[in-house]
Amino acid sequence: MIPAENNLPRKDDFIAVHDLGKSFGAVHALRGISFSVPRGETMAIIGPSAAGKSVLMKCLVGLYAPDTGRICLDGEDVSTTGNETRKKWAEKTGMLFQHNALFDSLQVWENICFSLIESRKLSRKVARDHAVDLLGLVGLDPDSAGLRPSDLSGGMQKRVGIARAIATDPEILLLDNPTAGLDPVLSNHIENMIAAIAQKRGTTVITITNDMKIARHRYQNLAMLHDGTLQWTGPTTEIENAGNAYLTQMLSGSSQGPITMRTGKRQDQLFA
Amino acid sequence: MSRSQNSPGGVRSKSLASYLNDENVRAIIYQIIVIGLVILAGWYLISNTLENLERQNISTGYGFLDREASFEISESMIEYSAQSSYSQALIVGLLNTVKVSLMGIILCTILGTIFGIARLSSNWIVRKLATVYIEFFRNIPVLLQLFFWYALIPNAFPHPRDAIELLPGVLLTNRGLYTPVPVAHHAFEIMGIVAILAIIGIIFLKRWAKKRQDATGQPFPVALVGTAVFFGSVFIAYLAGGAPTVLDVPELRGFNIQGGNNVSPEFLAVLIGLSVYTSAYVAEVVRSGIQAVPHGQWEAADSLGLKRSVALRKIILPQSMRVAIPPLTNQYLNLTKNSSLAVAVGYPDLVSISNTTMNQTGQAIEAISIFMSIYLGLSLITSLFMNWFNKKMALVER
Ligand SMILES: Nc1ncnc2c1ncn2[C@@H]1O[C@H](COP(=O)(O)OP(=O)(O)OP(=O)(O)O)[C@@H](O)[C@H]1O
Ligand SMILES: [Mg+2]
Repeated sequence: MIPAENNLPRKDDFIAVHDLGKSFGAVHALRGISFSVPRGETMAIIGPSAAGKSVLMKCLVGLYAPDTGRICLDGEDVSTTGNETRKKWAEKTGMLFQHNALFDSLQVWENICFSLIESRKLSRKVARDHAVDLLGLVGLDPDSAGLRPSDLSGGMQKRVGIARAIATDPEILLLDNPTAGLDPVLSNHIENMIAAIAQKRGTTVITITNDMKIARHRYQNLAMLHDGTLQWTGPTTEIENAGNAYLTQMLSGSSQGPITMRTGKRQDQLFA
Repeated sequence: MSRSQNSPGGVRSKSLASYLNDENVRAIIYQIIVIGLVILAGWYLISNTLENLERQNISTGYGFLDREASFEISESMIEYSAQSSYSQALIVGLLNTVKVSLMGIILCTILGTIFGIARLSSNWIVRKLATVYIEFFRNIPVLLQLFFWYALIPNAFPHPRDAIELLPGVLLTNRGLYTPVPVAHHAFEIMGIVAILAIIGIIFLKRWAKKRQDATGQPFPVALVGTAVFFGSVFIAYLAGGAPTVLDVPELRGFNIQGGNNVSPEFLAVLIGLSVYTSAYVAEVVRSGIQAVPHGQWEAADSLGLKRSVALRKIILPQSMRVAIPPLTNQYLNLTKNSSLAVAVGYPDLVSISNTTMNQTGQAIEAISIFMSIYLGLSLITSLFMNWFNKKMALVER
């Protein structure tokens, strides 16, 4: 196992994060995060609630500018937002938001292909056909293309969000909880699809997940966040001999260990 | 309730006292009392007035409407002279009210949207300027603002002799704004009819295109074809009508400007005053509407690399409409009602002409009843239109 502190970015790493820090007022969402992902590999990010997983992902896509540290994509520094390099990489990145963030003002197919129509000037006819293909890929009926996002069930919305993330055939795919709220069969289907995208198109995938089985068996690399810091990172094959108490507790879901819940009253008092 | 039914003496216990304790019965009784009081008060006022009028030898009824008005009106959208009847005078006033209200609604929406968006700008100066604009115009009584604009125009702009020529033929003076107008020609009537027919045709075209797209998924460029059809057919009508090119251009003759179309200082003062005042409120409606859209929508748009203006237009504004339409309706109604303040700067709106009518004929009740029902009608039409619009938007958004 490589300790997180020594994990300095190497030249050949596709995604390289070095000493990343991000605060919101007094809340230190991220502190001294360093890790890297080689091109075409997949990584799962795990960690308890409010660990900073979503913030890290929003830093990677360029929504938040880091306070400290650097993010390099294919050797290019994208730590500052609002410049051309950052914009170029945002267009090469597809992202699924934790709460989908589908556009209620647009139909499902327009949601999926909006940036293709607006930025890449694809004709609406071609875009619609493309959207219908993508809907099939995530297991949705072509008929749903003309619906509004608010007319869909939660799991359907999630899949439209995934379709939107992969619509531009991105080099980097960031997925914030792609299988949360999906039934086991569907979540298996989605994970197969993600694996296929990584393998066939060479896409580099980072996925936030709360499903430890998926994190361990579906991804090549793992990063565990806790309270804004990186507890452990490395290949999933090395999890067994990691010897990290946080990681062990997270994987087992035990209530005994260094990860504690900040509850006011003890449960036995509350439900006495 | 259920208890009294279960008890052995349930039927008999429905006495007068239990009726009076029933919430529904009590609500009805209160309402009857209130309605009775209103009718009584109204009867008292009306019978008193009728008595007074009778004492002054003024006959009641709307017969006066056909009599000659014998007063001039400074601006009118239809043919009008002192020999016209009172009813025609009132129509002139109604049209003037509708004109200033409609244009005011359009202008205040444009200004309000701009300042509402500016208030959320990431640029500090833009944000502060918008805030100052909104707070300033929102907190000064609209009547004072009308006086201000009315005082400004004669002093800020030159005498007709030194008119500012904005464009060839467009003159700005202290007597208002003069623009060239095409001389009346039958071609314009044909063009008007063709335009209406074209609009009806485009509505059907749009229906057909939607049906086809729903069925086959094939989109049809309605906007493009519709625009082409509209302007094309109107232009052909223009050519067919003989393509009149004569313009009535305003020019200085003697001490004043003759010809062209005049936008009076009174109209300008009312229009600018009402629009600016209401736009401050509209800006707040727009701002809160935008802020009601979840922040995640901006983030999602950003992550797709969309331009902010595109995100605003296609994603944020359509969603904020849902929240904004009801309060926007209120502002439009306010503007329409506030247009009655036009009387203060001498713009011949409905109230101003009703006032003159009242003074000349003494038929206060009739004149007031006319303009009150007209305002009620205008407000109801605005409400109905906005309700329809709201439903349409809600249907689109869901
Ligand atoms: N835009 C923001 N403004 C202020 N604080 C924020 C913002 N975004 C995140 N935070 C804070 O940063 C911390 C980490 O949040 P984050 O959303 O990354 O958690 P997470 O690891 O994704 O948790 P979960 O699994 O519950 O989604 C939280 O304390 C949160 O309150
Ligand atoms: Mg999260």
